[in-house]
Amino acid sequence: MSSESLSLDGRASQRPSVAVRRASPLAQQRRRQAWLLVLPAMLMLVVIAGWPLLRTVWFSLTSAQLSDLTQHPFVGLDNYIGENGVLRDGEWWHAVGNTLIFAVISVSLETVLGLGVALLLNTPSRVRSLLRAAVLVPWAIPTIVSAKIWSWMLNDQYGVINAILLHLGVIDHPLAFIADPDLAFPTIILVDVWKTTPFMALLMLAALQMVPSDCYEAARLDGVPRWRVFRHITLPLILPGVLVAMVFRMLDALRVFDLIYVMTSNSRLTKSMSIYVREQLVDFQQVGFGSASAIVLFLLISTFTIAYMVFTRRRMQGV
Amino acid sequence: MKKLTLGTLLYYVLVSIVLVACLFPFLYTIGSSLKRGNELFATSLWPAHPSLSNYATLFHDQPFGAYLLNSVLVSGGAVVLSLLVSVLAAYALGRVSFRGRGVLMMCILGVSMFPQVAILSGLFELVRWLGLYDRLGALVLTDLIFTLPFTIWVLVTFMRELPKELEEAALMDGVGVFTLIFRIFMPLLLPALAATSLLAFIGAWNEFLFALTFTISPEQRTVPVAMSMIAGASSFELPWGTIMAASVIVTVPLILLVLACQRQIVSGLTAGAVKG
Amino acid sequence: MKIKTGILAVIATLAAGHASAAVLRLECGAPGPGQDVCMTSAKEWAKKTGNEIQFVATPNDSNEQLALLQQLLGSGSDKIDVLQIDVVWPGILANQLLDLKGYSKGAEKQHFASIIANDTVGGKLVAMPWYIDTGMMYYRKDLLEKYNQKPPVTWDEMTATAKKIQDAERAAGNDKLWGFVWQGRAYEGLTCDALEWLSSFNAGTIVDPSGKISVNNANAAKALDTAAKWVGSISPKAVLNFAEEEARGVFQSGNAVFMRNWPYAWSVMSQDGSVVKGKIGVMMLPKGGAAGRHAATLGGWQLAVSRYSKNPALAADLVMYLTSAQVQKFRAIKGSFNPTMPALYQDKDIIKASPFMAELYPTFASAVPRPSTVTATKYNQVSNQFWNAVHDVLSGNAKPTDALAQLDGSLKRLSANGTWK
Repeated sequence: MSSESLSLDGRASQRPSVAVRRASPLAQQRRRQAWLLVLPAMLMLVVIAGWPLLRTVWFSLTSAQLSDLTQHPFVGLDNYIGENGVLRDGEWWHAVGNTLIFAVISVSLETVLGLGVALLLNTPSRVRSLLRAAVLVPWAIPTIVSAKIWSWMLNDQYGVINAILLHLGVIDHPLAFIADPDLAFPTIILVDVWKTTPFMALLMLAALQMVPSDCYEAARLDGVPRWRVFRHITLPLILPGVLVAMVFRMLDALRVFDLIYVMTSNSRLTKSMSIYVREQLVDFQQVGFGSASAIVLFLLISTFTIAYMVFTRRRMQGV
Repeated sequence: MKKLTLGTLLYYVLVSIVLVACLFPFLYTIGSSLKRGNELFATSLWPAHPSLSNYATLFHDQPFGAYLLNSVLVSGGAVVLSLLVSVLAAYALGRVSFRGRGVLMMCILGVSMFPQVAILSGLFELVRWLGLYDRLGALVLTDLIFTLPFTIWVLVTFMRELPKELEEAALMDGVGVFTLIFRIFMPLLLPALAATSLLAFIGAWNEFLFALTFTISPEQRTVPVAMSMIAGASSFELPWGTIMAASVIVTVPLILLVLACQRQIVSGLTAGAVKG
Repeated sequence: MKIKTGILAVIATLAAGHASAAVLRLECGAPGPGQDVCMTSAKEWAKKTGNEIQFVATPNDSNEQLALLQQLLGSGSDKIDVLQIDVVWPGILANQLLDLKGYSKGAEKQHFASIIANDTVGGKLVAMPWYIDTGMMYYRKDLLEKYNQKPPVTWDEMTATAKKIQDAERAAGNDKLWGFVWQGRAYEGLTCDALEWLSSFNAGTIVDPSGKISVNNANAAKALDTAAKWVGSISPKAVLNFAEEEARGVFQSGNAVFMRNWPYAWSVMSQDGSVVKGKIGVMMLPKGGAAGRHAATLGGWQLAVSRYSKNPALAADLVMYLTSAQVQKFRAIKGSFNPTMPALYQDKDIIKASPFMAELYPTFASAVPRPSTVTATKYNQVSNQFWNAVHDVLSGNAKPTDALAQLDGSLKRLSANGTWK
């Protein structure tokens, strides 16, 4: 896979960078300079992430236990494809399914809603600064806390949501949002959407703010309808920002942990991949097996991300 | 004229919906933090007899002020450090095409693909080797694991959007690369920088797992850890009122931060900086 | 008593002479009223022995606590000398804990034998009992009197009484009232509740003390069937996501007739301003039919010494002091922590402070331990499988017999043929 195809922005090739058109010695110097500029960031990442990641890979090939990490007999790929390996565990695949459904639905909803909120935030008005601060509140409250708050508010006995819905006559008896097996998953998605839409909205707002205003002015002078301006000028310009926001949301959603852990604990029904990994690594002390499942999770996520990038790149060229 | 009013009306309706959706749970939190005893289990939004006793308990049991300061230092440190190196990296990755760029980008993103709990033990060893155990530095360093990939990627995206004429003109004038990045690009990137650092700051502010594992003494404690340590008289009791009070306290500084960043979030190109 | 403390003090001073006023790091939970009580006693010890104590706080949530302790102990850290551990942790942490046999001088004989057995792993006494918790039944005395009902003896009687009062009260307009609230969330608390149902029907304790898996039997199916019928009839459906505090919330608001909970709820609900203050009765959990027994799951906390402590003798001395009769009495009166010594249940001062302690003595004495010592490091997996199976039955996704058969299969795979190695 070439470096260009991996990049989010498919237009890089259509918009040759300055270096390409310059004389070769200068271009070479620029490339050397680029490496130097990337170096500090890379060094930092290697220092922090290098060892922990290697260690996880190594442990995934052993049968190490948390109670005694000095003993770690090498077992090869047993943790992956052995008789009791993670790839043969039905519960793991159930968790994978749960996580994928969760990630796809919640990130799609968050993108649409986030874009809406970003557009509201981008419209000049007197209440804009109030709105901007308010919108960030859900994102600012720590997940552990907001999950608890929502559990409390959604409680069927003393939850305020049920009280309001009953009062409005929307429902005729309190709903057990989190306890009811049919409602638990949609409820978790809803809370996640509430919590992370601001993240999307803020990044999209930044993208909207970077759109040069002369683009709009030209369109306005020509009397182009608003939605067409949005569709043909705004959207293509903010798309790279939207896509990168989606990537990070997706990575987070695929690793979702706190929210589900707090709201429904270790219930099989709503188990996510990260909950499975944590259960194995910490609760069950199976460092070897847990590391293996973490690696599988990593591989799944990276496959998913690469697929997403390839897909969005095609889509973008079609625009 | 009529159309305009309809648009304005729609705008305000939407704004109200968003406001209610975002703020209601927080108002509920504030309301609950003022409740005591039985009232906590009542469905009312606001207590009949508001009391600040939960806040008093909170500050009596733990020095929450000091913890807030620790949180500010850790999140601030992590954000400043990541911004500094990622602006440099983002310029190189976003505006210079060189071999291995895509692979680098993927490696950076790959760091964000591991569940945190899986790398916890390895990080723990690293922190101890570096002699950073039970120091705030350990948290600044380990928080980079999620702030750095995020800031690099977002800034690369925005860096790429800047007009190339600007760079060409600057290079013609013989301007050095640092001047180009910090003097010319930075002001243009302000909305993106503000949004990114705000989001990264909130991420670091709410980080719990690393902060719990890599520090142990109360002098190094951050707010999320302190919140997990709020206890009632027994291990089963959940002191809901105090936890709600703590949630308000941990959220308010962030709201203030957003208000302080207001101007930065919406400036940049629209403000006409492009002419420089 | 005095002589003994004196000797201990001498030993401690001798040990301290070596280390010249050592600093011990003690972990006894999260900051709050509970930790304050712990601090008071620990500081007394420090003063007496001339050492210094630093308190290490841990999260309130016991899952987080265990994770943190495992991380610290697993790295051989000396940042903690003395730690409090849950009754189900000795098997999990045994490798990292000091054998206290050499330091206890027979003090373990004063405690309930069942807890000492629980804290003895492979012949090593890895922890000393500190306080005990057991499941108990709270009920509304006023409501039972109003409808002329006697406190029920069996689960069936309880169900009938709860249903009767619930129906009558609802007809009278109290439409929020429920018959019975308990802990039905998929977590360790459900294992505790369900173990009580099983034991009360004489259906064993999931895995018997010899390591044999015993959960797949007809009585267990009956027990689970009984409980599954409560959901939606006398218990709200939301009980499937209730932990201790959610149940207390409903009961304390006056919206439940019966509640299964731990002793802590007593003192919280008896505070001024509580709607149910003075209206609460406590009793043993019902029997599973006439042939059944009253069963309550054993909970509670122990004190242990880390194997990596730099001052093991001093640390052990602190543990012995904190678990002594004198300190346990203080803690019982000051924080209503239930003592782990039978003798203290006859102590007048304690009975005066918490009358229910005397009433419930039989429950404490015969509490049923979870199979944590025999399953050792696998306990969390066993418990997880068990509560998930039970949760499936309660939410109507599985029939008791099927769920138990499936559980039996997965536990057998886990146990490596009953060896639990």
